[in-house]
Amino acid sequence: MTDATTMAAETGAASTNALLEVRGLEGWYGESHVLHGVDFNVHQGEVVTLLGRNGAGKTTTIKAIMGLLDKRRGSVRMAGQETISLQARHIARMGIAICPEERGIFASLSVEENLTLPPKLAEGGLSIDRIYELFPNLKERRRSQGTKLSGGEQQMLAIARILRTGSKFLLLDEPTEGLAPVIVQQIGRTISALKKEGFTIVLVEQNFRFAASVADRHYVVEQGKVVDMIPNHALDANIEKLHAYLGV
Amino acid sequence: MFELLGIPPQVLMGQLLIGLINGSFYAVLSLGLAVIFGLLNIINFAHGAQYMMGAFGAWMLLNYTGIGYWPALILSPIVVGAIGIALERTMISRLYKLDHLYGLLLTFGLALIIQGLFRNYYGVSGLPYAIPPALQGGQNLGFMFLPNYRGWVIIASVVVCFGTWFMIEKTRLGSYLRAATENPELVGAFGINVPRMITLTYGFGVGLAAFAGVLAAPIYSVNPNMGADLIIVVFAVVVIGGMGSIMGAILTGFGLGIIEGLTRVFYPEGSAVVIFVIMAIVLMIKPEGLFGNNA
Ligand SMILES: Nc1ncnc2c1ncn2[C@@H]1O[C@H](COP(=O)(O)OP(=O)(O)OP(=O)(O)O)[C@@H](O)[C@H]1O
Ligand SMILES: [Mg+2]
Repeated sequence: MTDATTMAAETGAASTNALLEVRGLEGWYGESHVLHGVDFNVHQGEVVTLLGRNGAGKTTTIKAIMGLLDKRRGSVRMAGQETISLQARHIARMGIAICPEERGIFASLSVEENLTLPPKLAEGGLSIDRIYELFPNLKERRRSQGTKLSGGEQQMLAIARILRTGSKFLLLDEPTEGLAPVIVQQIGRTISALKKEGFTIVLVEQNFRFAASVADRHYVVEQGKVVDMIPNHALDANIEKLHAYLGV
Repeated sequence: MFELLGIPPQVLMGQLLIGLINGSFYAVLSLGLAVIFGLLNIINFAHGAQYMMGAFGAWMLLNYTGIGYWPALILSPIVVGAIGIALERTMISRLYKLDHLYGLLLTFGLALIIQGLFRNYYGVSGLPYAIPPALQGGQNLGFMFLPNYRGWVIIASVVVCFGTWFMIEKTRLGSYLRAATENPELVGAFGINVPRMITLTYGFGVGLAAFAGVLAAPIYSVNPNMGADLIIVVFAVVVIGGMGSIMGAILTGFGLGIIEGLTRVFYPEGSAVVIFVIMAIVLMIKPEGLFGNNA
Protein backbone atom coordinates (compact mmCIF):
# COMPACT_ATOMS: atom_id res chain seq x y z
CA MET A 1 0.00 0.00 0.00
CA THR A 2 1.22 3.48 -0.80
CA ASP A 3 1.00 6.31 1.69
CA ALA A 4 -1.88 7.78 -0.26
CA THR A 5 -3.97 4.63 -0.08
CA THR A 6 -3.18 4.22 3.62
CA MET A 7 -4.36 7.76 4.15
CA ALA A 8 -7.46 7.11 2.15
CA ALA A 9 -8.16 3.95 4.13
CA GLU A 10 -7.76 5.85 7.37
CA THR A 11 -9.96 8.70 6.29
CA GLY A 12 -12.40 6.11 5.14
CA ALA A 13 -12.39 4.57 8.60
CA ALA A 14 -12.86 7.95 10.22
CA SER A 15 -15.69 8.89 7.91
CA THR A 16 -17.54 5.69 8.86
CA ASN A 17 -17.44 7.16 12.34
CA ALA A 18 -16.06 4.28 14.39
CA LEU A 19 -17.04 4.52 18.05
CA LEU A 20 -13.84 2.80 19.14
CA GLU A 21 -10.67 3.14 17.09
CA VAL A 22 -7.64 1.16 18.18
CA ARG A 23 -4.40 2.02 16.34
CA GLY A 24 -0.92 0.60 16.92
CA LEU A 25 -1.83 -0.42 20.46
CA GLU A 26 1.12 -1.85 22.38
CA GLY A 27 0.96 -3.24 25.88
CA TRP A 28 3.28 -4.59 28.55
CA TYR A 29 3.09 -6.64 31.74
CA GLY A 30 6.12 -5.32 33.60
CA GLU A 31 9.02 -5.93 31.24
CA SER A 32 7.20 -8.36 29.00
CA HIS A 33 5.93 -6.83 25.77
CA VAL A 34 2.65 -8.54 24.87
CA LEU A 35 0.75 -6.34 22.40
CA HIS A 36 2.69 -5.36 19.29
CA GLY A 37 0.46 -2.91 17.49
CA VAL A 38 -3.21 -3.93 17.61
CA ASP A 39 -5.49 -2.23 15.05
CA PHE A 40 -9.26 -2.49 14.85
CA ASN A 41 -12.48 -0.49 14.79
CA VAL A 42 -15.82 -0.95 16.43
CA HIS A 43 -18.81 0.96 15.14
CA GLN A 44 -21.75 2.24 17.11
CA GLY A 45 -24.20 -0.59 17.74
CA GLU A 46 -21.90 -3.37 16.53
CA VAL A 47 -21.02 -6.63 18.22
CA VAL A 48 -17.43 -7.49 17.38
CA THR A 49 -15.49 -10.51 18.60
CA LEU A 50 -11.81 -11.02 19.23
CA LEU A 51 -10.88 -14.58 18.32
CA GLY A 52 -7.51 -16.23 18.71
CA ARG A 53 -5.55 -19.00 20.36
CA ASN A 54 -4.78 -19.10 24.06
CA GLY A 55 -2.19 -16.48 24.87
CA ALA A 56 -2.78 -14.52 21.64
CA GLY A 57 -3.42 -11.28 23.55
CA LYS A 58 -7.23 -10.97 23.55
CA THR A 59 -7.57 -10.35 27.28
CA THR A 60 -4.60 -8.01 27.22
CA THR A 61 -6.24 -5.99 24.45
CA ILE A 62 -9.42 -5.66 26.52
CA LYS A 63 -7.41 -4.59 29.57
CA ALA A 64 -5.43 -2.09 27.52
CA ILE A 65 -8.64 -0.50 26.21
CA MET A 66 -9.99 -0.28 29.78
CA GLY A 67 -6.77 1.29 31.07
CA LEU A 68 -5.86 -1.67 33.26
CA LEU A 69 -2.30 -2.21 32.00
CA ASP A 70 0.57 -0.47 33.73
CA LYS A 71 2.14 0.45 30.43
CA ARG A 72 0.52 0.91 27.04
CA ARG A 73 1.25 2.92 23.92
CA GLY A 74 -0.41 3.74 20.64
CA SER A 75 -3.90 5.12 20.26
CA VAL A 76 -7.32 4.15 21.62
CA ARG A 77 -9.99 6.64 20.63
CA MET A 78 -13.46 6.49 22.13
CA ALA A 79 -15.98 8.61 20.22
CA GLY A 80 -13.03 10.52 18.80
CA GLN A 81 -11.41 11.19 22.16
CA GLU A 82 -7.93 9.83 22.86
CA THR A 83 -7.86 7.65 26.02
CA ILE A 84 -4.36 6.20 25.92
CA SER A 85 -3.09 8.31 28.82
CA LEU A 86 -6.28 8.21 30.90
CA GLN A 87 -6.74 6.18 34.06
CA ALA A 88 -9.29 3.36 34.17
CA ARG A 89 -11.88 5.32 36.13
CA HIS A 90 -11.92 8.13 33.58
CA ILE A 91 -12.25 5.64 30.74
CA ALA A 92 -15.13 3.97 32.60
CA ARG A 93 -16.90 7.29 32.92
CA MET A 94 -16.88 7.64 29.13
CA GLY A 95 -19.39 4.79 29.19
CA ILE A 96 -17.20 1.68 28.88
CA ALA A 97 -17.73 -1.27 31.21
CA ILE A 98 -15.77 -4.49 31.57
CA CYS A 99 -16.69 -8.05 32.45
CA PRO A 100 -13.23 -9.45 33.19
CA GLU A 101 -12.07 -12.93 32.28
CA GLU A 102 -11.50 -13.88 35.94
CA ARG A 103 -14.98 -12.47 36.74
CA GLY A 104 -13.78 -10.34 39.65
CA ILE A 105 -16.56 -11.20 42.09
CA PHE A 106 -15.81 -9.71 45.51
CA ALA A 107 -15.67 -12.23 48.36
CA SER A 108 -16.36 -9.65 51.06
CA LEU A 109 -19.53 -8.46 49.33
CA SER A 110 -22.91 -10.15 49.14
CA VAL A 111 -24.39 -10.98 45.74
CA GLU A 112 -26.58 -7.91 45.89
CA GLU A 113 -23.68 -5.69 46.98
CA ASN A 114 -21.64 -7.05 44.08
CA LEU A 115 -24.50 -6.29 41.77
CA THR A 116 -24.90 -2.70 42.94
CA LEU A 117 -21.20 -1.91 43.35
CA PRO A 118 -20.56 -0.37 39.91
CA PRO A 119 -22.10 3.09 40.10
CA LYS A 120 -24.66 4.22 37.53
CA LEU A 121 -22.72 6.36 35.09
CA ALA A 122 -25.49 7.10 32.62
CA GLU A 123 -29.22 6.76 32.16
CA GLY A 124 -30.72 3.71 30.54
CA GLY A 125 -29.15 0.88 32.51
CA LEU A 126 -31.20 -2.21 33.37
CA SER A 127 -33.15 -2.04 36.61
CA ILE A 128 -32.44 -4.53 39.38
CA ASP A 129 -35.85 -6.11 38.79
CA ARG A 130 -35.10 -6.62 35.11
CA ILE A 131 -31.73 -8.13 35.98
CA TYR A 132 -33.32 -10.52 38.48
CA GLU A 133 -35.82 -11.44 35.78
CA LEU A 134 -32.96 -12.27 33.40
CA PHE A 135 -30.96 -14.10 36.05
CA PRO A 136 -33.37 -15.59 38.61
CA ASN A 137 -30.53 -17.48 40.31
CA LEU A 138 -29.05 -14.18 41.41
CA LYS A 139 -32.29 -13.11 43.02
CA GLU A 140 -32.59 -16.33 44.96
CA ARG A 141 -29.06 -16.01 46.26
CA ARG A 142 -28.84 -12.26 46.67
CA ARG A 143 -27.90 -12.46 50.36
CA SER A 144 -25.11 -15.03 49.83
CA GLN A 145 -21.47 -14.13 49.81
CA GLY A 146 -20.44 -13.30 46.22
CA THR A 147 -17.85 -16.03 45.91
CA LYS A 148 -20.16 -18.70 47.39
CA LEU A 149 -22.02 -18.74 44.07
CA SER A 150 -21.25 -21.45 41.53
CA GLY A 151 -18.85 -20.57 38.73
CA GLY A 152 -21.72 -20.08 36.31
CA GLU A 153 -23.67 -17.91 38.74
CA GLN A 154 -20.59 -15.79 39.34
CA GLN A 155 -20.28 -15.35 35.59
CA MET A 156 -23.91 -14.21 35.42
CA LEU A 157 -23.25 -11.78 38.26
CA ALA A 158 -20.19 -10.36 36.50
CA ILE A 159 -22.27 -9.66 33.39
CA ALA A 160 -25.36 -8.51 35.26
CA ARG A 161 -23.60 -5.89 37.35
CA ILE A 162 -22.35 -3.93 34.33
CA LEU A 163 -25.79 -3.93 32.71
CA ARG A 164 -26.98 -1.72 35.57
CA THR A 165 -24.46 1.05 34.99
CA GLY A 166 -25.96 2.60 31.89
CA SER A 167 -22.66 2.16 30.05
CA LYS A 168 -23.43 1.44 26.42
CA PHE A 169 -20.04 0.03 25.43
CA LEU A 170 -19.32 -3.38 26.92
CA LEU A 171 -16.08 -5.35 26.97
CA LEU A 172 -17.00 -8.99 27.65
CA ASP A 173 -14.09 -11.36 28.14
CA GLU A 174 -15.37 -14.92 27.62
CA PRO A 175 -18.77 -14.33 29.22
CA THR A 176 -20.07 -17.81 28.43
CA GLU A 177 -17.12 -19.75 29.80
CA GLY A 178 -18.27 -22.52 32.08
CA LEU A 179 -21.99 -21.89 31.65
CA ALA A 180 -24.62 -24.49 30.85
CA PRO A 181 -26.04 -24.37 27.30
CA VAL A 182 -29.39 -23.03 28.45
CA ILE A 183 -27.68 -20.09 30.21
CA VAL A 184 -25.42 -19.52 27.21
CA GLN A 185 -28.54 -19.22 25.06
CA GLN A 186 -29.98 -16.80 27.54
CA ILE A 187 -26.85 -14.66 27.46
CA GLY A 188 -26.98 -14.82 23.67
CA ARG A 189 -30.53 -13.49 23.77
CA THR A 190 -29.47 -10.82 26.26
CA ILE A 191 -26.63 -9.69 23.99
CA SER A 192 -28.96 -9.58 20.99
CA ALA A 193 -31.47 -7.57 23.00
CA LEU A 194 -28.75 -5.17 24.13
CA LYS A 195 -27.60 -4.79 20.53
CA LYS A 196 -31.15 -3.86 19.54
CA GLU A 197 -31.13 -1.24 22.26
CA GLY A 198 -28.01 0.27 20.72
CA PHE A 199 -25.29 -1.24 22.90
CA THR A 200 -21.85 -1.71 21.37
CA ILE A 201 -20.02 -4.85 22.44
CA VAL A 202 -16.52 -6.25 22.13
CA LEU A 203 -16.66 -9.93 22.89
CA VAL A 204 -13.81 -12.34 23.51
CA GLU A 205 -15.21 -15.77 22.85
CA GLN A 206 -13.99 -19.35 22.54
CA ASN A 207 -17.47 -20.65 21.84
CA PHE A 208 -17.44 -20.29 18.12
CA ARG A 209 -21.05 -21.03 17.41
CA PHE A 210 -22.07 -18.59 20.08
CA ALA A 211 -19.85 -15.89 18.56
CA ALA A 212 -21.35 -16.46 15.13
CA SER A 213 -24.87 -16.22 16.53
CA VAL A 214 -24.44 -12.72 17.96
CA ALA A 215 -21.57 -10.92 16.20
CA ASP A 216 -21.35 -8.67 13.15
CA ARG A 217 -17.63 -9.06 12.59
CA HIS A 218 -14.75 -11.13 13.91
CA TYR A 219 -11.18 -9.97 14.42
CA VAL A 220 -8.45 -12.59 14.60
CA VAL A 221 -5.70 -11.91 17.14
CA GLU A 222 -2.33 -13.61 16.84
CA GLN A 223 0.82 -12.92 18.85
CA GLY A 224 -0.31 -9.51 20.03
CA LYS A 225 -1.63 -8.25 16.69
CA VAL A 226 -4.88 -8.26 14.74
CA VAL A 227 -4.09 -10.33 11.67
CA ASP A 228 -7.47 -10.62 9.96
CA MET A 229 -11.07 -9.48 9.97
CA ILE A 230 -13.95 -11.67 8.86
CA PRO A 231 -17.51 -10.33 8.55
CA ASN A 232 -20.03 -12.68 10.09
CA HIS A 233 -21.80 -13.28 6.77
CA ALA A 234 -18.50 -14.47 5.27
CA LEU A 235 -17.77 -16.83 8.13
CA ASP A 236 -18.81 -20.01 6.34
CA ALA A 237 -16.73 -19.13 3.29
CA ASN A 238 -13.69 -18.55 5.50
CA ILE A 239 -14.12 -21.42 7.87
CA GLU A 240 -10.99 -23.28 6.70
CA LYS A 241 -8.85 -20.18 7.15
CA LEU A 242 -10.30 -19.56 10.59
CA HIS A 243 -9.65 -23.11 11.70
CA ALA A 244 -6.04 -22.64 10.65
CA TYR A 245 -5.79 -19.42 12.70
CA LEU A 246 -7.31 -21.01 15.76
CA GLY A 247 -5.53 -24.34 15.34
CA VAL A 248 -8.70 -26.38 15.71
CA MET B 1 -16.28 -16.90 95.93
CA PHE B 2 -13.83 -14.07 95.34
CA GLU B 3 -13.11 -14.05 99.06
CA LEU B 4 -12.26 -17.72 98.76
CA LEU B 5 -9.58 -16.80 96.28
CA GLY B 6 -8.44 -14.20 98.74
CA ILE B 7 -9.33 -11.28 96.52
CA PRO B 8 -11.84 -8.64 97.59
CA PRO B 9 -14.42 -7.89 94.89
CA GLN B 10 -13.54 -4.17 94.96
CA VAL B 11 -10.00 -4.95 93.88
CA LEU B 12 -11.13 -7.31 91.16
CA MET B 13 -13.73 -4.87 89.83
CA GLY B 14 -11.31 -1.98 90.04
CA GLN B 15 -8.76 -3.81 87.92
CA LEU B 16 -11.44 -5.00 85.53
CA LEU B 17 -12.47 -1.37 85.05
CA ILE B 18 -8.88 -0.30 84.38
CA GLY B 19 -8.59 -3.19 81.97
CA LEU B 20 -11.75 -2.14 80.20
CA ILE B 21 -10.49 1.45 79.93
CA ASN B 22 -7.16 0.31 78.50
CA GLY B 23 -9.06 -2.09 76.26
CA SER B 24 -11.13 0.82 74.95
CA PHE B 25 -7.99 2.58 73.80
CA TYR B 26 -6.53 -0.62 72.37
CA ALA B 27 -9.76 -1.22 70.46
CA VAL B 28 -10.11 2.27 68.96
CA LEU B 29 -6.42 2.44 68.03
CA SER B 30 -6.13 -1.05 66.58
CA LEU B 31 -9.38 -0.47 64.68
CA GLY B 32 -7.81 2.58 63.00
CA LEU B 33 -4.70 0.56 62.17
CA ALA B 34 -6.80 -2.27 60.73
CA VAL B 35 -8.87 0.09 58.56
CA ILE B 36 -5.73 1.76 57.21
CA PHE B 37 -3.89 -1.50 56.65
CA GLY B 38 -6.85 -3.07 54.88
CA LEU B 39 -7.09 -0.47 52.15
CA LEU B 40 -3.64 1.11 52.03
CA ASN B 41 -1.46 -1.92 52.80
CA ILE B 42 0.51 0.41 55.03
CA ILE B 43 1.41 -0.33 58.62
CA ASN B 44 0.81 3.10 60.07
CA PHE B 45 3.55 3.47 62.64
CA ALA B 46 2.63 7.14 63.10
CA HIS B 47 -0.61 6.03 64.76
CA GLY B 48 0.72 6.61 68.28
CA ALA B 49 2.00 10.06 67.38
CA GLN B 50 -1.38 10.89 65.85
CA TYR B 51 -3.11 9.75 69.06
CA MET B 52 -0.79 12.07 70.98
CA MET B 53 -1.58 14.91 68.54
CA GLY B 54 -5.27 14.37 69.25
CA ALA B 55 -4.66 14.85 72.98
CA PHE B 56 -2.47 17.90 72.34
CA GLY B 57 -5.10 19.24 69.95
CA ALA B 58 -7.62 19.22 72.79
CA TRP B 59 -5.10 20.84 75.15
CA MET B 60 -4.19 23.55 72.63
CA LEU B 61 -7.81 24.29 71.80
CA LEU B 62 -8.51 24.79 75.50
CA ASN B 63 -5.40 26.76 76.41
CA TYR B 64 -4.96 28.89 73.26
CA THR B 65 -8.55 29.48 72.20
CA GLY B 66 -10.68 28.53 75.19
CA ILE B 67 -12.51 25.82 73.26
CA GLY B 68 -13.55 23.10 75.69
CA TYR B 69 -13.72 19.33 75.74
CA TRP B 70 -16.92 18.64 73.81
CA PRO B 71 -16.11 20.69 70.69
CA ALA B 72 -12.52 19.41 70.91
CA LEU B 73 -13.78 15.84 70.75
CA ILE B 74 -14.92 16.63 67.19
CA LEU B 75 -12.50 19.38 66.14
CA SER B 76 -9.24 17.77 67.19
CA PRO B 77 -9.84 14.54 65.18
CA ILE B 78 -10.84 16.63 62.15
CA VAL B 79 -7.68 18.75 62.31
CA VAL B 80 -5.37 15.79 62.97
CA GLY B 81 -7.18 13.77 60.27
CA ALA B 82 -6.61 16.64 57.83
CA ILE B 83 -2.91 16.63 58.68
CA GLY B 84 -2.96 12.87 58.02
CA ILE B 85 -4.56 13.50 54.63
CA ALA B 86 -1.79 15.96 53.77
CA LEU B 87 0.83 13.36 54.75
CA GLU B 88 -0.88 10.70 52.67
CA ARG B 89 -1.13 12.92 49.59
CA THR B 90 2.45 14.23 49.76
CA MET B 91 4.39 11.21 51.02
CA ILE B 92 2.64 7.93 51.82
CA SER B 93 0.88 7.69 48.44
CA ARG B 94 4.27 7.36 46.75
CA LEU B 95 4.89 4.02 48.45
CA TYR B 96 1.83 1.93 47.54
CA LYS B 97 3.63 -0.07 44.87
CA LEU B 98 6.47 -0.97 47.24
CA ASP B 99 6.75 -3.51 50.05
CA HIS B 100 4.93 -2.92 53.40
CA LEU B 101 8.31 -2.26 54.94
CA TYR B 102 8.74 1.12 53.21
CA GLY B 103 5.44 2.41 54.52
CA LEU B 104 6.37 1.24 57.99
CA LEU B 105 9.75 2.99 57.81
CA LEU B 106 8.26 6.22 56.51
CA THR B 107 5.51 6.39 59.11
CA PHE B 108 7.98 5.40 61.83
CA GLY B 109 10.23 8.28 60.75
CA LEU B 110 7.25 10.64 60.75
CA ALA B 111 6.31 9.49 64.25
CA LEU B 112 9.82 10.24 65.54
CA ILE B 113 9.82 13.69 63.94
CA ILE B 114 6.36 14.58 65.28
CA GLN B 115 7.17 13.37 68.78
CA GLY B 116 10.53 15.20 68.68
CA LEU B 117 8.84 18.44 67.72
CA PHE B 118 6.31 18.17 70.55
CA ARG B 119 9.05 17.29 73.06
CA ASN B 120 11.00 20.32 71.92
CA TYR B 121 8.12 22.74 72.50
CA TYR B 122 6.24 21.14 75.39
CA GLY B 123 8.81 19.09 77.30
CA VAL B 124 8.17 15.62 78.65
CA SER B 125 6.68 16.33 82.06
CA GLY B 126 3.09 16.23 80.82
CA LEU B 127 0.36 18.85 80.77
CA PRO B 128 -2.84 18.59 82.80
CA TYR B 129 -6.26 18.47 81.12
CA ALA B 130 -9.27 18.61 83.41
CA ILE B 131 -12.23 16.26 83.23
CA PRO B 132 -15.18 18.20 81.74
CA PRO B 133 -17.56 19.40 84.48
CA ALA B 134 -20.46 17.31 83.20
CA LEU B 135 -18.47 14.12 83.76
CA GLN B 136 -16.90 14.82 87.14
CA GLY B 137 -17.84 12.68 90.10
CA GLY B 138 -18.94 9.10 89.90
CA GLN B 139 -21.51 6.43 90.68
CA ASN B 140 -21.54 4.07 93.61
CA LEU B 141 -22.54 0.78 92.05
CA GLY B 142 -22.61 -1.01 95.39
CA PHE B 143 -19.76 -3.38 94.61
CA MET B 144 -17.54 -0.57 93.34
CA PHE B 145 -17.20 3.16 92.65
CA LEU B 146 -17.35 4.08 88.93
CA PRO B 147 -15.93 7.49 88.01
CA ASN B 148 -18.25 9.06 85.44
CA TYR B 149 -15.51 9.98 83.04
CA ARG B 150 -14.24 6.40 82.86
CA GLY B 151 -17.72 5.13 82.17
CA TRP B 152 -18.00 7.70 79.39
CA VAL B 153 -14.70 6.57 77.83
CA ILE B 154 -15.95 2.99 77.67
CA ILE B 155 -19.32 3.96 76.20
CA ALA B 156 -17.82 6.37 73.66
CA SER B 157 -15.27 3.76 72.53
CA VAL B 158 -17.87 1.04 72.15
CA VAL B 159 -20.13 3.36 70.15
CA VAL B 160 -17.31 4.53 67.88
CA CYS B 161 -16.01 1.00 67.32
CA PHE B 162 -19.37 -0.51 66.47
CA GLY B 163 -20.36 2.55 64.44
CA THR B 164 -17.23 2.07 62.34
CA TRP B 165 -17.87 -1.64 62.05
CA PHE B 166 -21.43 -0.97 60.92
CA MET B 167 -20.32 1.59 58.37
CA ILE B 168 -17.76 -0.76 56.84
CA GLU B 169 -19.73 -4.00 56.94
CA LYS B 170 -23.32 -2.88 56.40
CA THR B 171 -23.43 0.27 54.27
CA ARG B 172 -22.97 1.04 50.60
CA LEU B 173 -19.95 3.22 51.31
CA GLY B 174 -18.50 0.29 53.23
CA SER B 175 -19.08 -2.05 50.29
CA TYR B 176 -16.90 0.26 48.15
CA LEU B 177 -14.25 0.10 50.83
CA ARG B 178 -14.37 -3.69 51.11
CA ALA B 179 -14.30 -4.09 47.34
CA ALA B 180 -11.36 -1.71 46.96
CA THR B 181 -9.51 -3.60 49.68
CA GLU B 182 -9.89 -6.78 47.60
CA ASN B 183 -9.35 -5.53 44.06
CA PRO B 184 -8.66 -1.80 43.68
CA GLU B 185 -7.98 -2.01 39.92
CA LEU B 186 -11.39 -3.45 39.13
CA VAL B 187 -13.16 -0.99 41.42
CA GLY B 188 -11.37 1.79 39.54
CA ALA B 189 -12.45 0.25 36.24
CA PHE B 190 -16.07 0.72 37.36
CA GLY B 191 -15.44 4.47 37.50
CA ILE B 192 -14.92 4.80 41.25
CA ASN B 193 -12.19 7.17 42.43
CA VAL B 194 -10.08 4.74 44.45
CA PRO B 195 -7.17 7.10 45.22
CA ARG B 196 -9.57 9.55 46.82
CA MET B 197 -11.15 6.74 48.81
CA ILE B 198 -7.70 5.72 50.04
CA THR B 199 -6.87 9.27 51.09
CA LEU B 200 -10.13 9.69 52.99
CA THR B 201 -9.72 6.30 54.64
CA TYR B 202 -6.29 7.26 55.91
CA GLY B 203 -7.74 10.53 57.19
CA PHE B 204 -10.51 8.60 58.94
CA GLY B 205 -8.09 6.13 60.56
CA VAL B 206 -5.91 8.99 61.77
CA GLY B 207 -9.01 10.80 63.03
CA LEU B 208 -9.90 7.71 65.09
CA ALA B 209 -6.45 7.81 66.69
CA ALA B 210 -6.89 11.49 67.50
CA PHE B 211 -10.35 10.80 68.96
CA ALA B 212 -8.79 8.25 71.28
CA GLY B 213 -6.20 10.90 72.17
CA VAL B 214 -8.89 13.39 73.19
CA LEU B 215 -10.62 10.71 75.27
CA ALA B 216 -7.29 9.98 76.94
CA ALA B 217 -6.36 13.58 77.70
CA PRO B 218 -8.23 13.85 81.04
CA ILE B 219 -7.13 10.36 82.18
CA TYR B 220 -3.45 10.31 81.31
CA SER B 221 -1.41 13.50 81.31
CA VAL B 222 -0.97 15.07 77.87
CA ASN B 223 2.56 14.12 77.01
CA PRO B 224 4.61 13.84 73.78
CA ASN B 225 5.49 10.23 74.58
CA MET B 226 1.98 9.04 75.48
CA GLY B 227 1.46 7.46 72.05
CA ALA B 228 4.90 5.90 71.74
CA ASP B 229 4.33 3.91 74.95
CA LEU B 230 0.88 2.74 73.97
CA ILE B 231 1.42 1.95 70.30
CA ILE B 232 3.75 -0.99 70.94
CA VAL B 233 1.00 -2.75 72.87
CA VAL B 234 -1.53 -1.80 70.20
CA PHE B 235 0.63 -3.40 67.51
CA ALA B 236 0.69 -6.58 69.58
CA VAL B 237 -3.11 -6.38 69.78
CA VAL B 238 -3.33 -6.05 66.00
CA VAL B 239 -1.02 -9.01 65.48
CA ILE B 240 -3.13 -11.12 67.84
CA GLY B 241 -6.43 -10.09 66.26
CA GLY B 242 -5.19 -10.41 62.69
CA MET B 243 -4.18 -7.50 60.49
CA GLY B 244 -7.07 -6.09 58.51
CA SER B 245 -9.98 -7.67 60.40
CA ILE B 246 -12.33 -4.95 61.69
CA MET B 247 -14.30 -6.97 64.22
CA GLY B 248 -11.10 -8.79 65.16
CA ALA B 249 -9.42 -5.52 66.07
CA ILE B 250 -12.36 -4.41 68.21
CA LEU B 251 -12.91 -7.65 70.11
CA THR B 252 -9.21 -8.29 70.60
CA GLY B 253 -8.69 -4.74 71.87
CA PHE B 254 -11.37 -4.97 74.56
CA GLY B 255 -10.56 -8.60 75.36
CA LEU B 256 -6.86 -8.06 75.87
CA GLY B 257 -7.48 -4.99 78.02
CA ILE B 258 -9.61 -7.16 80.30
CA ILE B 259 -7.09 -10.01 80.32
CA GLU B 260 -4.37 -7.53 81.23
CA GLY B 261 -6.54 -6.21 84.09
CA LEU B 262 -7.23 -9.71 85.41
CA THR B 263 -3.55 -10.55 85.24
CA ARG B 264 -2.86 -7.54 87.41
CA VAL B 265 -5.14 -9.09 90.05
CA PHE B 266 -4.01 -12.68 89.92
CA TYR B 267 -0.39 -12.38 88.89
CA PRO B 268 0.71 -8.72 89.01
CA GLU B 269 4.27 -9.49 87.91
CA GLY B 270 2.95 -10.74 84.58
CA SER B 271 0.65 -7.85 83.71
CA ALA B 272 3.23 -5.88 81.72
CA VAL B 273 4.06 -8.80 79.47
CA VAL B 274 0.88 -10.85 79.27
CA ILE B 275 -0.16 -9.34 75.92
CA PHE B 276 3.22 -10.10 74.39
CA VAL B 277 3.13 -13.65 75.72
CA ILE B 278 -0.28 -14.10 74.11
CA MET B 279 1.08 -12.60 70.90
CA ALA B 280 3.93 -15.10 70.83
CA ILE B 281 1.56 -18.01 71.42
CA VAL B 282 -0.88 -16.81 68.73
CA LEU B 283 1.95 -16.35 66.27
CA MET B 284 3.04 -19.93 66.84
CA ILE B 285 -0.43 -21.47 66.61
CA LYS B 286 -2.27 -19.19 64.15
CA PRO B 287 0.20 -16.78 62.53
CA GLU B 288 -2.53 -14.93 60.61
CA GLY B 289 -4.12 -13.85 63.91
CA LEU B 290 -7.26 -14.97 65.74
CA PHE B 291 -9.62 -13.26 63.29
CA GLY B 292 -7.34 -13.08 60.25
CA ASN B 293 -7.87 -15.12 57.14
CA ASN B 294 -5.00 -16.98 55.56
CA ALA B 295 -4.97 -14.81 52.44
N1 LIG C 1 -0.19 -10.90 34.29
C1 LIG C 1 0.64 -11.27 33.29
N2 LIG C 1 1.97 -11.10 33.42
C2 LIG C 1 2.81 -11.44 32.42
N3 LIG C 1 2.41 -11.96 31.26
C3 LIG C 1 1.11 -12.15 31.06
C4 LIG C 1 0.15 -11.81 32.07
N4 LIG C 1 -1.08 -12.10 31.61
C5 LIG C 1 -0.90 -12.61 30.37
N5 LIG C 1 0.40 -12.63 30.03
C6 LIG C 1 0.97 -13.08 28.75
O1 LIG C 1 0.48 -12.25 27.74
C7 LIG C 1 0.16 -13.01 26.59
C8 LIG C 1 -1.27 -12.73 26.18
O2 LIG C 1 -2.13 -13.16 27.20
P1 LIG C 1 -3.70 -12.93 27.17
O3 LIG C 1 -4.20 -13.24 28.53
O4 LIG C 1 -3.98 -11.59 26.61
O5 LIG C 1 -4.16 -14.07 26.14
P2 LIG C 1 -5.61 -14.46 25.66
O6 LIG C 1 -5.64 -14.28 24.20
O7 LIG C 1 -6.64 -13.77 26.45
O8 LIG C 1 -5.63 -16.02 25.99
P3 LIG C 1 -6.82 -16.97 26.56
O9 LIG C 1 -7.63 -17.38 25.37
O10 LIG C 1 -6.08 -18.15 27.12
O11 LIG C 1 -7.58 -16.21 27.59
C9 LIG C 1 0.42 -14.46 26.96
O12 LIG C 1 1.64 -14.83 26.38
C10 LIG C 1 0.50 -14.48 28.44
O13 LIG C 1 1.44 -15.43 28.86
MG1 LIG D 1 -8.03 -14.32 27.80
